[in-house]
Amino acid sequence: MAIDAATVRKVARLARIAQPEERLEPLARELSGIMAWIEQLSEVDTDGVVPMTSAVSMPMPLRDDVVTEGGDANVVLSNAPKSSGGFFVVPKVVE
Amino acid sequence: MSDLTRITLKAALEGLESRAFSSVELTQAHIDAVAQARSLNAFILETPDQALAMARDADARRARGEAGPLTGAPLGIKDLFCTKGVRTTACSNILGNFVPEYESTVTSHLWRDGAVMLGKLNLDEFAMGSSNETSAFGAVVNPWRRQGSEAKLTPGGSSGGSAASVAADLCLGATATDTGGSIRQPAAFTGTVGIKPTYGRCSRWGVVAFASSLDQAGPIAKTVEDAAILLRSMAGHDPRDATSLDVETPDFASFVGKSVKGLRIGIPKEYRVEGMSPEIDALWEQGIAWLKDAGCEIVEVSLPHTKYALPAYYIVAPAEASSNLARYDGMRYGLRVEGGNLTETYENTRAKGFGEEVKRRILIGTYVLSAGYYDAYYLKALKVRRRIADDFDQAFERVDALLTPTAPSAAFGLGENADDPVAMYLNDIFTVTVNLAGLPGMSLPAGLDANGLPLGLQLIGRTLDEGTLFSLGGALEKAADFKTRPTRWW
Repeated sequence: MAIDAATVRKVARLARIAQPEERLEPLARELSGIMAWIEQLSEVDTDGVVPMTSAVSMPMPLRDDVVTEGGDANVVLSNAPKSSGGFFVVPKVVE
Repeated sequence: MSDLTRITLKAALEGLESRAFSSVELTQAHIDAVAQARSLNAFILETPDQALAMARDADARRARGEAGPLTGAPLGIKDLFCTKGVRTTACSNILGNFVPEYESTVTSHLWRDGAVMLGKLNLDEFAMGSSNETSAFGAVVNPWRRQGSEAKLTPGGSSGGSAASVAADLCLGATATDTGGSIRQPAAFTGTVGIKPTYGRCSRWGVVAFASSLDQAGPIAKTVEDAAILLRSMAGHDPRDATSLDVETPDFASFVGKSVKGLRIGIPKEYRVEGMSPEIDALWEQGIAWLKDAGCEIVEVSLPHTKYALPAYYIVAPAEASSNLARYDGMRYGLRVEGGNLTETYENTRAKGFGEEVKRRILIGTYVLSAGYYDAYYLKALKVRRRIADDFDQAFERVDALLTPTAPSAAFGLGENADDPVAMYLNDIFTVTVNLAGLPGMSLPAGLDANGLPLGLQLIGRTLDEGTLFSLGGALEKAADFKTRPTRWW
């Protein structure tokens, strides 16, 4: 299925990646090419096949519900682009 | 160049134990080699001071009789593994100057066992690539060249820095990761040995995530035995990774040299793809003959869904990547590019921070997961993935391991496949099935093509049966007697 520029604009928005208007057409062509190649999956009969959601079948392990580490804000903030008073500083969200 | 860089990990450990040389001497020789090989662009961060401090500590431990399995051995670390206090970038601008406050489980196992860190190794951005050309630090150059040519070749990807540094004797071994072939294809392109273990053998904790149901760490090394020694240290259960397998780690090196007589080896006929070079085909036939001579029984098997593995992978991996890479939002770490509001800040940060291939894959992943397409693409791919895993299950009812080529060609020139994403993706045609099924796979050098470039053979084993791969790999290594090294030009 061909992907058009409008779809690229929508998907880029969903992915939160700014794309300049002039990149939309070339990207649409590239992604359409890749999706056309992927389309061959429709040849495979998958009726009644259970989707494989994990590479190795194993029960999900449970651990004790206890605090293992934490309480060190400086460590958490050490790579923050902006921080102040033990908090991350982010752009204003609520007017 | 010092001879201390030309030896195997195994020989180095023996030399350290017999006090033929110290870890400081061994490490200094490798630090010098790294410094003289900057034209390869394999190391993106050199840590010589830390290396020498670790080497001095290793010598002291050995003197006290407290040597571990890797004490004093200098290694390179793919820059996808978080190293405490040492910049870790995944070769992406979006991580910028990220300095982890914690150590990945795999590298912490290596330091526990006494290894020495020489520095961080180049890779494709977020491990997305087959030629190391998507790295924000530029491509790695393969130490191998075509005979009579100075053209720069790719070392493969994504673990291009790991493979090139081992091939060029810059380190005794390196960590690597493999999501669709990123250990095995670079190993094949550089005449080195690489193993992707069973999914869950090595903890993913502290490894920058690409596609979590496929990502797996493993070593690239000079010999099969060296790979076995490294994997034993890297592997092991980790409660901090919910997919880490709670199983014993065998002494993998004890399998190298074991007889392979009577083992049944499957040859999957679907791997004989159209347009495959006759040289690759001949190498495969040679590998079959070597295993026959070693007493193996050769059985033709069928893996009917092989051709659908790559298209399924290019849904599953981008889908997981789009989800995993959502964390790079410019708020908590890494690059931030301000915009007029929060959404614009996200969009600008991600537009500036991610490279083109990473963006392409995030867009594909977002598309196949978006409303209206989820069932048609993502769910369909997960069902095809099951079919591929079932193919292997059926084959392993009849055989103990499979033998295939590792890659459809030898190393190609930098820039040669850059314009066509699908052509680049086809590099992983023989390796990606193994990731989808979660199985162990090993690549080892088996011969040279007409241009004098190395070619690799791949062994695929049952879940958790790396031992058999090490035995078969040892037998093939002995038969192939691959001794050619790249001629030093750097």
